[in-house]
Amino acid sequence: MTTLQASEQVDLLEHAEQGASLWRDAWQRLRKNKMAVGGGITLLLFILMALLTPWLAPYSYEAQNLDLGASPPSAAHWLGTDVFGRDVLTQVMYGGRVSLAVGFIATAVALLIGVTWGAVAGYVGGRVDAVMMRIVDILYALPFMIFIVLLMVVFGRNVLLLFLAIGAVEWLTMARIMRSQVQSLRQQEFVEAAISLGLSPAAIIRRHVIPNALGPIIVYTTLTIPSVMLLEAFLSFLGLGIQPPQTSWGLLISYGAETMEEYPWLLIFPGLALTTTLFSLNFLGDGLRDALDVRGSKD
Amino acid sequence: MSLLTVDNLEVSFVTRNGTHKAVKGVSFTVETQQITAIIGESGSGKSVSCYALLGLIPSPPGRIDGGSAQFQGQNLLTLSEAELRKIRGSDVAMIFQDPMTCLNPYLTIGEQLIEPLLIHRNLSRADAKTRAIELLDEVGIRSPNSTFDSFPHEFSGGMRQRVMIAMALINEPKLLIADEPTTALDVTIQAQILRLIADLQKNRDIGVLFISHDLAVVSDIADQIVVMEQGEVVESGSPDAIFNHAQHPYTQKLLAAIPAGEREEPAAKNQVLINVCNLRTWFQPNAKAEPVKAVDDVSFDIYRGEILGLVGESGSGKSTLGRSIMRLAPITSGQVTFDETHLTGLEGRNLKEFRSRMQMIFQDPFASLNPRMTVYDTLAEPLLLHGICQRANLDRHIAKLMDDVGLARNFIRKYPHEFSGGQRQRIAIGRALATQPEFIVADEPVSALDVTIQAQILDLLMALGREHNLTMLFVSHDMAVIRHIADRVLVMYHGKIVEAGPVKQVFNNPAEPYTQSLLSSIPGAAMM
Repeated sequence: MTTLQASEQVDLLEHAEQGASLWRDAWQRLRKNKMAVGGGITLLLFILMALLTPWLAPYSYEAQNLDLGASPPSAAHWLGTDVFGRDVLTQVMYGGRVSLAVGFIATAVALLIGVTWGAVAGYVGGRVDAVMMRIVDILYALPFMIFIVLLMVVFGRNVLLLFLAIGAVEWLTMARIMRSQVQSLRQQEFVEAAISLGLSPAAIIRRHVIPNALGPIIVYTTLTIPSVMLLEAFLSFLGLGIQPPQTSWGLLISYGAETMEEYPWLLIFPGLALTTTLFSLNFLGDGLRDALDVRGSKD
Repeated sequence: MSLLTVDNLEVSFVTRNGTHKAVKGVSFTVETQQITAIIGESGSGKSVSCYALLGLIPSPPGRIDGGSAQFQGQNLLTLSEAELRKIRGSDVAMIFQDPMTCLNPYLTIGEQLIEPLLIHRNLSRADAKTRAIELLDEVGIRSPNSTFDSFPHEFSGGMRQRVMIAMALINEPKLLIADEPTTALDVTIQAQILRLIADLQKNRDIGVLFISHDLAVVSDIADQIVVMEQGEVVESGSPDAIFNHAQHPYTQKLLAAIPAGEREEPAAKNQVLINVCNLRTWFQPNAKAEPVKAVDDVSFDIYRGEILGLVGESGSGKSTLGRSIMRLAPITSGQVTFDETHLTGLEGRNLKEFRSRMQMIFQDPFASLNPRMTVYDTLAEPLLLHGICQRANLDRHIAKLMDDVGLARNFIRKYPHEFSGGQRQRIAIGRALATQPEFIVADEPVSALDVTIQAQILDLLMALGREHNLTMLFVSHDMAVIRHIADRVLVMYHGKIVEAGPVKQVFNNPAEPYTQSLLSSIPGAAMM
């Protein structure tokens, strides 16, 4: 067989993969899960809201009304105002832009690096595995704060950098989970069968290993997104992340917590936005895990 | 008065999809000093019937609908959970199929043995230990004193099963229920365990209820055989009546499924397809340790078109040999030549090309199929990878493969877990055939299957072998299966080939004592 034909065959396999039954079946099962669909729709609404905030927000981002001060919810200000007389709804909407972006981008970074790193280390094994995992250990041992401060000092304060920095820390655990999954999977006979069919290691990892390791990864992802959002709040609080007048849910919550006895609405509404997002994520994550587990279905 | 009289037992499982009657009016008896064997395939209700007696069926979904089970003047089915607990482990004991999962890996054998004595009998530690060591001796464990302080992983499967039997006997039960106690064991070990159970039952004045899927296994030891099919007893009687005068068609089918006889004298084949020369596969756990010589200096030829049997016990290196030829295990030294090409040095694209010419069928059809790929995807993968067919006529090729291995076409979008063991093995065979190979390594392909399914798969392999002119290396621990399917046979022991020759010669005039011991362990030889 000539080289040309061989490369054509690889293309054919790609096409087959796009129509792979697992994903189509998973989608159909996911649609039947009301909780997961609810969570997904809620998340979509939040994302839409974040994207359209400049047009949807009732007030301008900087608009203050110092005369008003901190006022409870009213017809003019649905969620009330803060001590500077700024509209809380507007703040929550703008904050959501930052929080959701941090949550999803940083997690996507972590997912991409962690899953690839862990899968390769676990599948190849031996010396490669030892070196790759020692790198993970070293990064684990590095104090996270110093790492971030260093990045900020070297590259200057930058929201995109913040995403990358958080992602670069969160992938470590992801890689460990993935590696242990892959280590047990590669002992399985179906992986041996794939080797004896002549599949390349990359194709085996992609087609046989990763789909079978997705369950724990999805669950961990839904846990990572909220923890990343809180991490951002923590960094911003220390002055390393977002700075006022820019804001995020995490910052709003931490300011709100200071004044929760006098002005509870400053804590309740940002908190509500965050918890709703987290619940939706968890429902969607559980639904996805079940949908991808073909054995769990009874149809 | 029988020890146990089960009358008209009915058990059903209530699930979302409706009520499934697993046991429909089953009656049998167990006499003291006798062995009653219940025979049936998976799903026939044989295990459920026995577990139900001891209240071991999870409820819900399980439900006992009716019947009675008289044991020592009590109806077991009406007892409360607390009363049953008293009977379980003292008057009635059980041994299970897999001795490894039934022992706690973190406790010594002795610790697990004396636990019931300390709890139920209030014996002192010293007395309990003496008692336990006596028992270990009785079940045929050499040096029971040192065994007492060993951990389960230090034992082979057969030894662990002996420990399980000792454990079952420790409270001197009247009735022993053995659920496929030898299915996970090698043929020679199986023969020993069967003899042990038969001896114990005579010496100890107990009744044994022996559950198995394998008629041949029980034929040597049972006094009474009960054949079950789909929740019903279809026939029962003495072994002689069952083996020689079976009435029911299902019993006859079971009998016919016992691999027996050998193939007709094959036309001599002389074209060498594979030559294995001084092959060594050693595993080095670490730099200092002595290497494990799984395959040690093995040489032989495989002729085009033949089925070569490779027989040996677990640990003999027979699977490693098969995997070394397939380039799945790292070869230490030596040479494998396939159609005059050296396989040992092949890498990358050249190796991939050869992979399509040789395929493997694995032992466990539950592990060898990717659980997240449908039959369609599983079969499509090799077809597309090796360019056997174009995307456009992929469906037609897959349908053809499914026809070849006897799978209904409407199964095409189903996942492996929706199939039975035999159907899964058919999928695995289909996958192996997809690349249109010349050579197949079949590594214990029927060991995990019920006897009747085993016969079907063997027939299928033989038919496909003829149809596609396949050469096959058939690895098995089961002499009867090898005799049934192979043209020639290699006997492997401790990494070396101790005997080789045509099936007829090796089976009728075995030269090596090891081969002779393997042959004498074939169950049911007396009945055949």
